[in-house]
Amino acid sequence: MTIQPIDSTSSAKRPRLAIDGLMRTASAWRMPLTVLVLCTLPWVLPSKALAVNVLIYGTFAVGYNLLFGYTGLLSFGHAAFFGGGAYLTGMSIVHFGFAWYTALSTGILGALLLSLVMGVLSIRTRGIYFSMVTLALAQLAYYTALQASSWTGGENGLRGFTVSKIDVLSLQIDFLNPLHKYYVVLLFTALALWLVSRVLKSSFGAVIEAIRENEVRARACGYNVERTKLLSFVLSGGICGLAGGLSALHLAIVPLDTLHYHTSGLVVMMTLLGGMGSFFGPFVGALAFLVMEDVLSLWTSHWQLFVGAIFILFVLFLPKGIWGTIMGLGDR
Amino acid sequence: MSTTPLLAVENVSKRFNGFVALEGISATFGGNRVTAVIGPNGAGKSTFFNVLSGAIRPSTGRILFEGRDLTAVPQHEFAHYGIARSYQITTIFPQLSVHENVRVSGQAFRSRYNIWCNRDLDRALIDKADAALLAVGLHGKRDRIAKFLSHGEQRALEIAIALVADPKLLLLDEPTAGMGPEETRDMVALIERLAAARTILLVEHKMKMILGLSDRVLVLHHGRLIADGTPAEIQSDSEVRRIYLGQSHGAA
Repeated sequence: MTIQPIDSTSSAKRPRLAIDGLMRTASAWRMPLTVLVLCTLPWVLPSKALAVNVLIYGTFAVGYNLLFGYTGLLSFGHAAFFGGGAYLTGMSIVHFGFAWYTALSTGILGALLLSLVMGVLSIRTRGIYFSMVTLALAQLAYYTALQASSWTGGENGLRGFTVSKIDVLSLQIDFLNPLHKYYVVLLFTALALWLVSRVLKSSFGAVIEAIRENEVRARACGYNVERTKLLSFVLSGGICGLAGGLSALHLAIVPLDTLHYHTSGLVVMMTLLGGMGSFFGPFVGALAFLVMEDVLSLWTSHWQLFVGAIFILFVLFLPKGIWGTIMGLGDR
Repeated sequence: MSTTPLLAVENVSKRFNGFVALEGISATFGGNRVTAVIGPNGAGKSTFFNVLSGAIRPSTGRILFEGRDLTAVPQHEFAHYGIARSYQITTIFPQLSVHENVRVSGQAFRSRYNIWCNRDLDRALIDKADAALLAVGLHGKRDRIAKFLSHGEQRALEIAIALVADPKLLLLDEPTAGMGPEETRDMVALIERLAAARTILLVEHKMKMILGLSDRVLVLHHGRLIADGTPAEIQSDSEVRRIYLGQSHGAA
């Protein structure tokens, strides 16, 4: 079972707590529970648009965490894949009149290619240098989008590609209905979560964790560290590209900010808030962040101040994040 | 010898920006023997090990393993040829379980980069990891997180990590570093068991242990191989005696 906080130790000698059994039951019913929770989200949250955003940023953060939490590489450039996926999806519709599914596939494919190029250029650098190189390359994508305004809409963002209907086989879904939209996006989110959990359970999933733990040992064991990191980088980029493409379909506009380094920072914050050491942590972090933003921005225009303060408190006192801490309760 | 030796080191030198770390080393190894590499600090023992495990490429000379030239082969492929190593400073995967530490090492020879298979279904590999843990006496702690093991247990775990690949050549860089007498005795017994089926090279400082354990001793000094023989021959070598007795141990 991969989908557990990394720090969970064997609980053989600890006294059995009631919460222990509860966690175990929850763990066994993980997949149905997740689907159930996600299905009820639009009714629980203040707005349906917010619920769609949670799905999109949750996917973004889970894809990001494949690289950050599991491979141990802190990228500050994932806005390029999220934004790249969003722009390519939107541009495919605006300029080429692609159907939504072809457009979304183009977005994902573009993000995969972009992450391959960025990965090749950055993967050999280490630590803070890796973060800086990815940041610089992502800013390059930002300025490219800003300059190529006849393609991207420049400062105003990309507009004019409202997808109103989604055809699945002979079924027509009204994509303007927020609830229908939610369940279409949920389908892709569930697919992405399943994909990432499969990858983490695979042999490859073991190798990336080994590399995060000790690169020297992983290499001595016979693993090509650079190649593994690159593959992880590309997979992560592809998932983030999917999230970006969904965001474009959802908003019917791609703001230039999507490519800005704020977006890269946002996903790092969401991941840390929820807990980088667990599979669901980043998703929970995205949920918490977006709900905080939604609620606090009703009260004050300085909501970022409060979100920032809460983030600092988390980093200082709950370094495992929301989800990591909850999962850790059973291990105490 | 008419047959190809397991490992042949041919005239290997290594320079770092003019500093000579190794100079013209030639030797062959094989035949399931234990060879100790000794020498004062800075003699080039670690560099020699790094060259043999592919971590450092020699400036000149060749490394032949079963007759194949490995000099230009990338480090991670050395493991695939059958060369495994341990490090002077314990090098394990601290946050993974003891069993996973060994399992992931053994996996390098099977489904390495498969992103779709379920790794929990590879029973043969799981059993192989268990066997390696049994061999080093750590099987009782297979589900512990590696960082919570004692120092001696972590050293043994590192050997299990190397062992699961069933290497033909095992390089042990100070396997008893930082160990007490009891742990050292366990480690010596373990190395003796392992030596029955593979060739072992080890760097050590504990003289008594080296003399009891090894079939052959190489002495390095200032990057040069100054003596090569049985423990008894080395003990009576005047040059070796001069280096070890004539100057303080930490010098050079």
